[in-house]
Amino acid sequence: MDFLSIILDILLSAAFWTAVLRIATPYVLGTLGELLCERAGVLNLGIEGIMTLGAMAGWMAVYQGADLWTGVLVAAACGALLGLLHAALTVPLGLSQHVTGIGVTLLGTSLSYFVYRLVLPQASTPPTIEPFQPLALPGALAQTPLTYLAFLLVAVVAYVLYRTPVGLAVRMVGENPAAAEAQGLNVTAIRVGAVMAGSALMALAGAFLTLSAFNAFFFNMVNGRGWICIALVVFASWRPGKAMLGALLFAVFDALQLRLQQASGGVLPYQLFLMMPYLLSILALVLVARRASYPRALMIPYRKGER
Amino acid sequence: MSSPLKGGPEVVLRLAGISKRFGPLLANDDISLTLRAGEVLALLGENGAGKTTLMNILFGHYVADEGTIEAFGRPLPPGSPRAALEAGIGMVHQHFTLADNLSVLDNIAVGTESLWRWRSDRSAARRRLLDLSQRFGLEVRPDALVGDLSVGERQRAEILKALYRDARILILDEPTAVLTPQESAGLFETLRKLTADGLAVVFISHKMNEVFAASDTVAVLRAGKLVATHATASTDRAKLAELMVGRSVKPPAPTPLSPGEPVLELAGVTVASDHGRPLLDGVDLTVRRHQVVGIAGVSGNGQTALAELVSGLIRPDSGRLSLKGSVVEHGDPADMVRRGVARIPEDRHSAGLVGAMAVWENLIAERYHDHAFSRFGVLRRGAARSYARKVIEEFDVRCPGPDARTQLLSGGNMQKLILGRTLAHGPDLILASQPTRGLDIGAVSYVHSRLLDARSAGAGVLLISEDLDEILALADCVTVAYHGRLTPLLPHDRVSVSQLGLLMAGHWDILRDILPETQLEHGDAA
Ligand SMILES: Nc1ncnc2c1ncn2[C@@H]1O[C@H](COP(=O)(O)OP(=O)(O)O)[C@@H](O)[C@H]1O
Ligand SMILES: [Mg+2]
Repeated sequence: MDFLSIILDILLSAAFWTAVLRIATPYVLGTLGELLCERAGVLNLGIEGIMTLGAMAGWMAVYQGADLWTGVLVAAACGALLGLLHAALTVPLGLSQHVTGIGVTLLGTSLSYFVYRLVLPQASTPPTIEPFQPLALPGALAQTPLTYLAFLLVAVVAYVLYRTPVGLAVRMVGENPAAAEAQGLNVTAIRVGAVMAGSALMALAGAFLTLSAFNAFFFNMVNGRGWICIALVVFASWRPGKAMLGALLFAVFDALQLRLQQASGGVLPYQLFLMMPYLLSILALVLVARRASYPRALMIPYRKGER
Repeated sequence: MSSPLKGGPEVVLRLAGISKRFGPLLANDDISLTLRAGEVLALLGENGAGKTTLMNILFGHYVADEGTIEAFGRPLPPGSPRAALEAGIGMVHQHFTLADNLSVLDNIAVGTESLWRWRSDRSAARRRLLDLSQRFGLEVRPDALVGDLSVGERQRAEILKALYRDARILILDEPTAVLTPQESAGLFETLRKLTADGLAVVFISHKMNEVFAASDTVAVLRAGKLVATHATASTDRAKLAELMVGRSVKPPAPTPLSPGEPVLELAGVTVASDHGRPLLDGVDLTVRRHQVVGIAGVSGNGQTALAELVSGLIRPDSGRLSLKGSVVEHGDPADMVRRGVARIPEDRHSAGLVGAMAVWENLIAERYHDHAFSRFGVLRRGAARSYARKVIEEFDVRCPGPDARTQLLSGGNMQKLILGRTLAHGPDLILASQPTRGLDIGAVSYVHSRLLDARSAGAGVLLISEDLDEILALADCVTVAYHGRLTPLLPHDRVSVSQLGLLMAGHWDILRDILPETQLEHGDAA
């Protein structure tokens, strides 16, 4: 069989598209969350740690006997709390968003591992829970509720950003906080709120991993997904719809490389396939991002009464 | 509501005893003002007088250290733009506050609805905007991105922003600084419509003619103090100018001095642009000690190249450049500074100062490697600071101190800082490019007198300016730049403004009427 027909076979199978939607889900949620923060002018490099915390907290709640949806809420609340920390340091105090974000990632990740070990000191094989089950729908539509929620949230975030007064306020503080203040808006409150909401979405991305995609919490399970989301926001020019497309595109590459790896039967080193989605994302970024028009006040702290 | 006072319309705004400090700087000192419905109050004052600060306090961007504000008879809570908006105060900032990436309508409507509604009512907002736009003759395109608008359109959007909020008091901070004369006239027309509608307007300016064109009352601010409030009709320019600067402003009167030896000589200098077009075309020019040579001309006729040449940024393609009698082979900016050239750059923000750095750092920027300021590659900060303190004092730079960030200074004070850096070392040649552009009367006369002082002290001054009055007032000799060429030097008392205008337009045949035949032959030989 030649290469093209292998690819065609893969692309035509329903199982492939099932996998794509599943793989895309955490990227969709994470990218939406990051997008919300950045639209308000705050870069959130805490995403990786917030996703880890969401994964751990959601799973832990369910493991301790809560039902799955409660686990989801716990994850979101933990994410919002960590987001509040990031926002408190970067918005009213105006600290460097890069440095704070990396600190939040380190804190979120190690806090998650710490709590996990505190509760389960000697588990050698990670204990499992009963995760979300796919809905009984045909073909690629057989997804878990969280995947449906993720795609629904794309529409919700897009609607809120472009059709509601609060969305306009978020965009305004990300573009020109001084102008927002001159219109009577409370820049600090809006930025903090957007970062908290965005962080809650990031935590949902993490919770999807432990409550839907897998049934346990592993160390390192977020595995750089947060960083990909940061790139996807740029790729998407800070627009929710394009963010979803970017996440899907990345998922297609990822699902494809898994299958090609199997089909190649060990002829090529598997690391080559692992690299593929990242290489292609970089390429896509180079092509798209040069034209991107970013929120003008991104990463610029706003201090009232200064010039 | 306060009842209308006897005779006058209702008082809509009352500032009482407003004071504000920035560190040691007293930006507003016990200011009290009243404003009545239908009145245009001009707030006149030099750069740095505290006009913007006062209005920022009124609008809630800053909180006053002392004093109270009353709008429509009710006290205004300090520090809240929202409260100011709700009290009917609208402000058009000196630097526009609009988001470039959003549409005009979005910029105007943001924050006017309760945040937690499920839908913005865009069509109602648009209707209201278009209605206002029509009523006051302020044309805008609601759906255009602000980034695509001209400056005039942006200002109309800003005014509409205030009107959209039902502002009854409108503050305009230096609204004409960025407008063409035609646009300014349009703005004054709008102001008349607004006051006819009962609005009260505070109009900030440092330009005298605008005060007379637009205001009913004028309040003069000087160094943070309110020095006078007059009915505009009952005062005149000279009086206002004197109030503004604190002394009577006399036009500069250079004492006649006989020119000394040449400090700058250009002989047949040609400079080509990257595209091969000549920027300077066989230029001869001599500047002597005790002499101001003025270069007149519409901008773009070689003035920039000439300035860059003398500051060592570019080199002549052919011809010779000499300083104090020695030919400069490979001049670079540092070399030129060492040879005694001091420059006042055309754009003080981009080429003159580093805004984010401290005043003292900017002051030693051209000579940090001097022994006085560094030893073994380490800055002597103490020495630099005390030097800066001396310059600040000597050149009357209004700033909190040597450690102040330079961008906090007003334009006039930035220019004084540059003057300090330029003149403190007794330079031999001063290159002054548009040294008073954008400055107010007080700062202008200060710069002029400092340049003339340097001339008396023995420097030669090369003055490049688009302002013919400035050139005729300061220069001993004038030359006109046209298409990269310079006319021979013309004694300032032999040319008139109208002759200069003709020369600037390229009518060089009139040179025969100005210069004796012999000198003309000599000049034409180039
Ligand atoms: N936020 C600030 N921090 C420190 N100093 C300031 C600030 N705003 C204004 N100043 C200083 O206060 C003085 C008055 O400034 P400003 O009100 O802008 O003057 P004007 O508008 O009359 O030109 C200036 O010396 C300026 O440097
Ligand atoms: Mg001002």
